[in-house]
Amino acid sequence: MDEERGARIGRLKWHCRRALLELDLIFERFWERHGDDLDTQGEAALTRLLELEDHDLWALMSGKEVTDDPQLMGMIERLREV
Amino acid sequence: MSYTVRKFDALIVGAGGAGLRAAIQLSEAGFKTAVLTKVFPTRSHTVAAQGGVAASLGNSEEDNWHWHMYDTVKGGDWLSDQDSVEFMCRKANEAVIELEHYGMPFDRIENGRIYQRPFGGHMSNFGEKPVRRSCAAADRTGHAMLHALYQRNIKVNTQFFVEWQALDLLRDAEGEVLGVTAMDMETSEVVAFHAKATIFATGGAGRVYYSSTNAFINTGDGLGMAARAGIPLEDMEFWQFHPTGIAGAGVLITEGVRGEGGILRNADGERFMERYAPNAKDLASRDVVSRSMLTEINEGRGAGPYKDYVYLDLTHLDPQMIMKRLPSVHEIGVQFAGVDCLKEYLPVVPTCHYQMGGIPTNRFGQVVIPQGNNLEVPVPGFYAAGECACASVHGANRLGTNSLLDLLVFGKSAGEMAVEYIRDTVKTHKPLPQDAIDRSLARLDRLNNQKDGSNVHETRLVMQRTLQKHAGVFRFNNLLKEGVGLIHEVAETVAHTEIRDKSKVFNTARLEALELDNLIEVAKATMVSAEARKESRGAHMRDDAEDCPEHPNGRDDANWLKHTLWFRDENRLQYKPVQMKPLTVDSVELKTRSY
Ligand SMILES: Cc1cc2nc3c(=O)[nH]c(=O)nc-3n(C[C@H](O)[C@H](O)[C@H](O)COP(=O)(O)OP(=O)(O)OC[C@H]3O[C@@H](n4cnc5c(N)ncnc54)[C@H](O)[C@@H]3O)c2cc1C
Repeated sequence: MDEERGARIGRLKWHCRRALLELDLIFERFWERHGDDLDTQGEAALTRLLELEDHDLWALMSGKEVTDDPQLMGMIERLREV
Repeated sequence: MSYTVRKFDALIVGAGGAGLRAAIQLSEAGFKTAVLTKVFPTRSHTVAAQGGVAASLGNSEEDNWHWHMYDTVKGGDWLSDQDSVEFMCRKANEAVIELEHYGMPFDRIENGRIYQRPFGGHMSNFGEKPVRRSCAAADRTGHAMLHALYQRNIKVNTQFFVEWQALDLLRDAEGEVLGVTAMDMETSEVVAFHAKATIFATGGAGRVYYSSTNAFINTGDGLGMAARAGIPLEDMEFWQFHPTGIAGAGVLITEGVRGEGGILRNADGERFMERYAPNAKDLASRDVVSRSMLTEINEGRGAGPYKDYVYLDLTHLDPQMIMKRLPSVHEIGVQFAGVDCLKEYLPVVPTCHYQMGGIPTNRFGQVVIPQGNNLEVPVPGFYAAGECACASVHGANRLGTNSLLDLLVFGKSAGEMAVEYIRDTVKTHKPLPQDAIDRSLARLDRLNNQKDGSNVHETRLVMQRTLQKHAGVFRFNNLLKEGVGLIHEVAETVAHTEIRDKSKVFNTARLEALELDNLIEVAKATMVSAEARKESRGAHMRDDAEDCPEHPNGRDDANWLKHTLWFRDENRLQYKPVQMKPLTVDSVELKTRSY
């Protein structure tokens, strides 16, 4: 991994530290599976999701809320994959 | 390794409810105030609190602080300091109304007053019947609270250092506290924050257990830093467990599930609660349910490859009812247990939820330690509030919604005391202790240069499993004894953790290794304090503390009505009396705790 990407991924990973355990667990699983194959589009989608408040993010993860934003939809699907 | 120095009047570590409330006091007084936080303030763990904040406003029915005080002391199984409890319960209304003025959107009743709902253990007329005392903002109370407090801080110019990790407390040869060392996650730059007053508000350490409802951020950093600087930790044997966390994951399954008809079963499918509580069965109180679950597991009737959980069965319930009334339970099952609870059993286990002990403080938020015959001498320049502190209002067992209140009341107190100290006592910065800075840098150097060391993730797991087994919800003499030895072995491994990744920008491996240095102090304190306390009280339940007429529920007031203090350096315990005298009213007399 080049240094720049390493830094970006490190930052994203830290931003996955949330106030709700549910979200921590979802992101932990995501990084285990997709840590190596996350492309720049994926990074962009994840960055946007991580800007949300925790309760709003959990509403999307638990399927209580849905979005029609195509960039986010794909990422949410990957995050929810069990 | 190099570092720079930055000077402030006041330094607060932690931007959850307690830290943000304290900061307002200092910034409003015009002092240059810095708040350090690992995550953005409104992502602190306080966000997870949904139930509400307790205050005897009496908006819907009669209530008063005397009743609230009684409930808190009883809930804490008489280990609470009654001066602190009176102080907190009397200040509750003011604290909540102040928050309302900061813009907190509380739910309301028709006449415009704050809506209040009942919550476990909060009663009217000295334990007679449930009372509406919890003030909430929908199911986002903690979140709304942080937003209100953060906005107020922005208005009064508090300076935030977001994504900074405090490393060590700086205490000089006279024992005075002069700030902390901290690392900027973005660059790995180390700064000595030099302050006249330092407040710790770093939250709980729930991640010390294998099964925990706490988010990953709760690693007890403040406790680790305090312990390394020679400050004892108080009452660390007392951890509140929630009976139904998803096994392995820890995610909390609300009590409402059993209310709707959910049944607990052992590996053989037996509805075991019928044996332990023939009347209440699965609806018995939290501690009875947890204890029964643990007995099943310890006697070999647990389920799963390690036989270390039991089942929660919802399969006989109407699927439509579940999807309607408990939708998130279904999703939690799918996401975190890989189980469709409409068709299969959910694996559950009593799960660590809240830390009653912490850094010892008085009701003013001053950190107090023993010196000679005086057991509560304030450490100059050092304050603590919130879950990292032990005031001690929650005693041996916290009542729900009392912790958000604790953050507001003692956060403010600590802030007020720090204001006074800076204004009247320490007009200038005392020189920084070079030896303390060097020790902190050496700890970083050790980690950066360790070769052939231990793996952080694996070591943390061993620590968590050790605590879960040896100092879990229900405690056995032989396991406690064995646990003390084991946890010290784990501590040896922690001293040699190694990280492969040496990068400087958001190096999460390094962050986690540093967090483990703090968790292990909490683990040792818990294990050693729990082994030593030979009674059952509140959340500390021992198998060998017999329930007999002299010691109802196994509680032994003659010998154990006292607070534990654990000192890291000699791994030593000392005890101090419980403050049974409130400020202005009669003591809540000792009684057997029953509901
Ligand atoms: C699922 C759940 C539900 C709950 N519900 C309720 C409820 O309804 N009512 C109630 O009263 N209580 C509830 N509680 C308990 C309550 O939420 C906590 O006790 C409380 O929020 C703790 O607040 P705090 O300010 O002490 O710490 P936190 O909110 O945990 O904040 C700690 C702060 O310290 C910072 N920090 C930590 N270490 C460092 C470091 N090394 N360097 C820099 N910064 C650091 C963090 O970044 C964070 O900003 C609940 C707890 C859980 C787990």
